[in-house]
Amino acid sequence: MGSPFDINGGACVAMVGKDCVAIACDLRLGMQALTISNNFPKIFNFAPSTYLGLTGLATDVNTVSDLFRYKVNMYRLREERHISPQTLANLVSSSLYEKRFGPFFVSPVLAGINQTTGKPFICGFDSIGCIDFAKDFIVSGTASDQLFGTCEGLWEPDLGAEDLFETISQALLSAVDRDALSGWGAQVYIIEKDKVTQRLLKGRQD
Amino acid sequence: MDKIVAQYSRPSYQNVYSEQDQQDLTESLPPLSLKFALPPVANPSAFLRAMTDDHSNPSCPIKLAHGTTTLAFRFQGGIIVCTDSRATAGNWIASQTVKKVIPVSRLSRGEDKPTNEPTPGLLGTMAGGAADCQYWLRYLSQQCTLHEIRHKRRITVAAASKILANLTYSYKGYGLSMGTMLAGVTPQEGPALYYIDSDGTRLPGNLFCVGSGQTFAYGVLDANYRYDLTEQEALALGRRAILAAMHRDAYSGGFINLYHVKEEGWVHHGFDDMNPIFWKTKLESGEFSNVTSEL
Repeated sequence: MGSPFDINGGACVAMVGKDCVAIACDLRLGMQALTISNNFPKIFNFAPSTYLGLTGLATDVNTVSDLFRYKVNMYRLREERHISPQTLANLVSSSLYEKRFGPFFVSPVLAGINQTTGKPFICGFDSIGCIDFAKDFIVSGTASDQLFGTCEGLWEPDLGAEDLFETISQALLSAVDRDALSGWGAQVYIIEKDKVTQRLLKGRQD
Repeated sequence: MDKIVAQYSRPSYQNVYSEQDQQDLTESLPPLSLKFALPPVANPSAFLRAMTDDHSNPSCPIKLAHGTTTLAFRFQGGIIVCTDSRATAGNWIASQTVKKVIPVSRLSRGEDKPTNEPTPGLLGTMAGGAADCQYWLRYLSQQCTLHEIRHKRRITVAAASKILANLTYSYKGYGLSMGTMLAGVTPQEGPALYYIDSDGTRLPGNLFCVGSGQTFAYGVLDANYRYDLTEQEALALGRRAILAAMHRDAYSGGFINLYHVKEEGWVHHGFDDMNPIFWKTKLESGEFSNVTSEL
């Protein structure tokens, strides 16, 4: 039996553009070599322009996404406003650290636009909540090595929404084509100040 | 070349070999166990088992290229041989363009044949350790070629498969990893298909699938296989079975490599990217409805 992070497979990537951010994930859910499902999105919505991608062990992806849906709903009821990406990042971090000695086997990626400042925000986490703030891109999942390569090669600063979509799509599709445990289609969200575009990518089915 | 032929050949009318001749023939064969350097430890086979890639030991230091789907089946019109083309080392896809069908016998590899005429000779398939398969099928090629020169006739599939099986058996326990099928049509046997693996198993049969995607290929093959398939049906079935395995098995994929072995020799029927074939199959015949195509 391998690492719990590599049992189900999956990949996720987030990128910053000019006044926009993008987050994308693959759709595979497997059990080692066997592909169980081709429709397992790993990106979840927590506020109008705030998305969280979760890769790793599928059972924990479900548990953690449900846990944050509960926590973010409670926040919204108490504060009577949507959670900002920065606040969600700190909530994710401290919630994961609560499980310091028995962690969830997930590597979250957060992407959003702060509605007050209008500024794009992305960050990533390890499984016990260390925040990785980045100005360019964040990768996670079984294809993360490949994603680092494709993102370093394709990303450039201040991309517009359409160019950012092209960049993140090519980066993800190229990366998962070199990873046995992810792929089988992909989902992309392009987040602008007051518009979110969701697209399905037709990836290789092997 | 003529020199080598002259050195090894005898006049063709001499059908019966004398006892002396036979002894010369058998003794000129290299010993089956070639000399390889073994690890300088007390128990090399146990040491190799611990170091070499294994399903029970994924964190081993020696990573081998693995993961495959290969199939071959006999039918009324000969033998279909079909494989995927992916090589993986762990979860890393090392290559998507591996040729896992290896023509055996140097005299008839058909390397510089421009036409798609049948090429005489046997075909071998590759599953398991890529280096093991390549090396030992090359070795088998050498032995088959020598057999051809010495005896002035092609080796039978039974004999060729036995050379390989005896070889793998002599290295049993030393961590060789290969699952191979040998297919050929000879005047003595007709269409013949053998499965040989690194445990020393050697089985004749009508239908085999080998590799991590074997179960998926068997699923499709068992549902649609009949001995009296037409040539077109058989080619389509081979392709479809590999497609299913490439789709469901993470360690299989890339290109579909398809061969047909018939009386006059083998014919190559393409090395085609699976992706367009997959979408064509899905959209035109409504199969693979599990794959989402809408948001």
